Amino acid sequence: MTGTSLVVKDGEPAAAAAALAQYVTMHVGEAMIGISVHSVQDVIRYQPITHIPLTHDTIAGTLNVRGRIVTAIDMRKRLGMGTYPNLTTTMMVVVEYQHELFALMVDSVGDVLSLSGEDQERLPANMNDNWRGVSSGVYKLEGELLVIVDVASVIDHLVKGRAA
Amino acid sequence: MDDLIGEFITETSESLAVLDLELVKLEQNPNDQAILGNIFRLVHTIKGTCGFLGLPRLESVAHAGENVLGKIRDGEITVSGETITIVLEALDRIRGLIDYLSANGREADGEDSDLIARLNVFAQSGGVAPAAVAPAPAAVVEEMPAEMFAPEEKKLGGMSQAELDALEAAFNSVSSTIEGGMDFSRAPDADMLPAVTVPVAAAKPELTEQVKEKAIKQGLDTATTEGGSAMANQSIRVNLDVLENLMQMVSELVLTRNQLLQVVRHRDDSELKAPLQQLSQITSELQDSVMKTRMQPIGNAWSKFPRLIRDLSNELSKKIDLKMLGESTELDRQLLEMIKDPLTHMVRNSCDHGLETPAERVAAGKPETGTVSLSAFHEGGHIIIEIKDDGRGLNLDRIKQKIVEKGLATGDELAQLSDEQIMQFIFKAGFSTAEKVTSVSGRGVGMDVVRTNIEKIGGTVSLSSTMGKGSTFHIKIPLTLAIVSVLLIEAGGQQFAIPQINVVELVGVGGNSEYKVETISNASVLRLRDTLLPLMRLSDVLGLPRSLESAAEYVVVLRVGTSDVGLVIDKVYDTEEIVVKPVSRVISDVDVYSGNTILGDGNVIMILDPVGIAKHFGEREGTKAEAPATATGTATDRNASFLVFRAGEGAPKAVPLELVSRLEVVDSKNVESSGHDHVVQYRGDLMRLKTLPGCNLPTTGEFDVVVFTYDGRTIGLAVDEIVDILVAPLAIKLAGNEEQYLGSSVINGKTTDIVDVGYLLKDFVDSLVRAGEYTATASGLRLLLVEDSVFFLKLLKPFLEDAGFEVEDAASAVTALQLIETEARYDVIVTDIEMPEMDGFEFVSHLRLDPRYKHTPIVAFTSTVNEHFKERAAKSGMSAMILKTDRAALIEAIQAQLEQMKEMA
Repeated sequence: MTGTSLVVKDGEPAAAAAALAQYVTMHVGEAMIGISVHSVQDVIRYQPITHIPLTHDTIAGTLNVRGRIVTAIDMRKRLGMGTYPNLTTTMMVVVEYQHELFALMVDSVGDVLSLSGEDQERLPANMNDNWRGVSSGVYKLEGELLVIVDVASVIDHLVKGRAA
Repeated sequence: MDDLIGEFITETSESLAVLDLELVKLEQNPNDQAILGNIFRLVHTIKGTCGFLGLPRLESVAHAGENVLGKIRDGEITVSGETITIVLEALDRIRGLIDYLSANGREADGEDSDLIARLNVFAQSGGVAPAAVAPAPAAVVEEMPAEMFAPEEKKLGGMSQAELDALEAAFNSVSSTIEGGMDFSRAPDADMLPAVTVPVAAAKPELTEQVKEKAIKQGLDTATTEGGSAMANQSIRVNLDVLENLMQMVSELVLTRNQLLQVVRHRDDSELKAPLQQLSQITSELQDSVMKTRMQPIGNAWSKFPRLIRDLSNELSKKIDLKMLGESTELDRQLLEMIKDPLTHMVRNSCDHGLETPAERVAAGKPETGTVSLSAFHEGGHIIIEIKDDGRGLNLDRIKQKIVEKGLATGDELAQLSDEQIMQFIFKAGFSTAEKVTSVSGRGVGMDVVRTNIEKIGGTVSLSSTMGKGSTFHIKIPLTLAIVSVLLIEAGGQQFAIPQINVVELVGVGGNSEYKVETISNASVLRLRDTLLPLMRLSDVLGLPRSLESAAEYVVVLRVGTSDVGLVIDKVYDTEEIVVKPVSRVISDVDVYSGNTILGDGNVIMILDPVGIAKHFGEREGTKAEAPATATGTATDRNASFLVFRAGEGAPKAVPLELVSRLEVVDSKNVESSGHDHVVQYRGDLMRLKTLPGCNLPTTGEFDVVVFTYDGRTIGLAVDEIVDILVAPLAIKLAGNEEQYLGSSVINGKTTDIVDVGYLLKDFVDSLVRAGEYTATASGLRLLLVEDSVFFLKLLKPFLEDAGFEVEDAASAVTALQLIETEARYDVIVTDIEMPEMDGFEFVSHLRLDPRYKHTPIVAFTSTVNEHFKERAAKSGMSAMILKTDRAALIEAIQAQLEQMKEMA
């Protein structure tokens, strides 16, 4: 359970705090996604998960993070990107949503970026429903696209969705 | 809200509860001055405090009520139903106002002149008739308000000496009254009254009136405090949130402690152990103490029943007596809250449906007054509450009629059910047998809701009834919700927890052959004593892959509501006390989980909800068989379970259950003859049917067949009747000279012939051997057979000898080691795994240390093969492991090993 240090890349956040939003970037499969730094509580390495039968297949299971029961969500499944090549190298981004902790399983975790809201663009129309359901916009970074993922829609979808 | 107001609300609510009780008592004992005194006192205090706090509306209602009470005390008004009703009405109004005050922090707007006018008229008229003119009680009415704003002592000083004496007398006799033979003999506060009487007794006549008054006041105040400590000043009021929070923290502490213990268990540094042990103990004590703060006597939930019964008897024109036993039984206050409504409903139900009208009772030769009794007691970590009436009992015919009408079951299905099972239908949704719907009950939502609510708190409810004699409801609930005892089990390779309260028993059905488990059109059932238990695999319910067929299996018998269901699981681990945590909202729509928790090893485990699981039984099997509470006792010892049956004349016959694959019913129409053999189509294959000598296959109707599986083929033994499955020691008297019997044994007090399954299979095997499938190439090889069970020894030895081995046997691993030590040299060793003293694994580990036996083929046989065993087998150096019942595989395994040896050589 080693916390990965989160490096602030884009200079002084305090200076332009009003216009800038900070995102923790991470890779799910080939895609890079960003989650608002405010919802992220912790980043931990993979640890064994208790599978919960009869639940939505995006729910990887449940695990104990520092004495709290956390529900793990498989982001690859959520975004329709198959399975992890090696489960043990995955990372878990622990987020809090409505007083409950969730661990988003991703391939790797990158930096924290401060990005201006003005640069954010609408999601391309041809992206599939998996993405449309959870994403609010895209940033064009150098050589890569960063899709901003909204934690609330990732989880709300599961509350409404019936068990698979 | 003002602290003072807050305290006033709490105190007044308590007083109101006591008043309800006391008024009902007064109605039954109209001349009891003690009760009247107490009532007067309480109302007076309410009125006084209202005035002090500036709550005019409350004050005026209380005042008008007090007037009436004053008149009663003065003998101007006699106690009648009418009198009590109007006073209760005033109290209800006060209660309403208090509720508003508590919710809004201020007194409600509006006024109560109608009620006050009625009370006043009632008081003035002497309780005869509202219209009658009575002497004006002006003095009382006008004096009282002036006193209101006076300090306490002065207020009391305003009372006459006579009143005070009456009060004192009243107070002194409260305890004796309560302890007397009254219906409410064991009121929650009864035990503290003796302590309270001390100051009063000590108050000598020369003491001033004020001192006396104080003593009385203190005494009475204490008496009104609910079920608490002996003296008022030894208890404090604590906000519930504080307690809840404390409980939560302690729960977390317990979990952390468990985790620590788990960690240290796997380490050797004893430095940590002692302090941790102490921490553990302190934690347990802390947990107990905190739990105690949450405990309240169940009498608190019952306190409104006397009033309820009174109202009901008026409404229903019935005479009803209420008896309460065990009010001091304590349970968690959270549960207390949740049990209140279901209990109220059941009491109403008993009064309305259960009890007859006085006329009917007299006609039935019963006393006019019906009795409803409530009792509560502890039983093994649970609280049992019984609600009993001596009314008409359940009308089974009406219930049956209703069941069929509502389509809950068909007439044929009902014919299969016992009376008790049929009665449990009243807990089903939409079921009401009341001939007419009254305002009290009969809307058909009641008992279903009662059951649901009780199950929600992990409890169970059942009913027993005798026509004409009355009915009894039994409610079983856990002591607390915070910590529950669970059974840890495994299914589909995953661990789960099942709340212990729902577990009736565990039945081992081990092995690969689904012993005892029968199949009726794809539904599995278990014959458990005289009931048929519907079975489901937990792994199927949860959509998990089925574990290896050969894994050890158990059936957990779950009591859900009124029915028992069997859950087939793979492993049973242990019981554990756990702190239940609610499941995440993203999985809360899955009904099979009631919570989750962190175990001592730090892993998260899901807690199964038996109610949710039982729903799956309904879904998959249509109508579920309702199994009544006949199942008791402990899990069966599967090594010594026998299937007892009758076939032909003479003693009952039995076969070890372990050898039985399943039981089937065969229609004689389907039996075909082929040569001398009878066969029947069975699961897409042909099953040969055999009979014991002296028996013939029935030619008409259906008959029972015991199915044995042998080397992938099945053979059926036709029997006259399957008697039972019984547990008996595997002590076989080897006296049988008929070759089809191994001998006889005493099972359930009867001498029973044990059938040699080997004999049944004999010509079957012979034919295989003749066909060259098994060649006895083992001639002259020495084989040591280690087996503690005479039965299996007898079963296996001739078989191995047939295969050409020179067999010697040893009854235990220790004997076997001695044999090996002293003389002989064996070419092959066959050993059982489960043996006393030294098991097979240990035996083989020892053996492999001996250089002579480093490479000798050692074949182990066992009644269960699972991954764990296989691993241990490999580690200990066993060459192969096979199932006990598969003798052909045993020979094959031995031969394979021998060939391997040859190749190596």
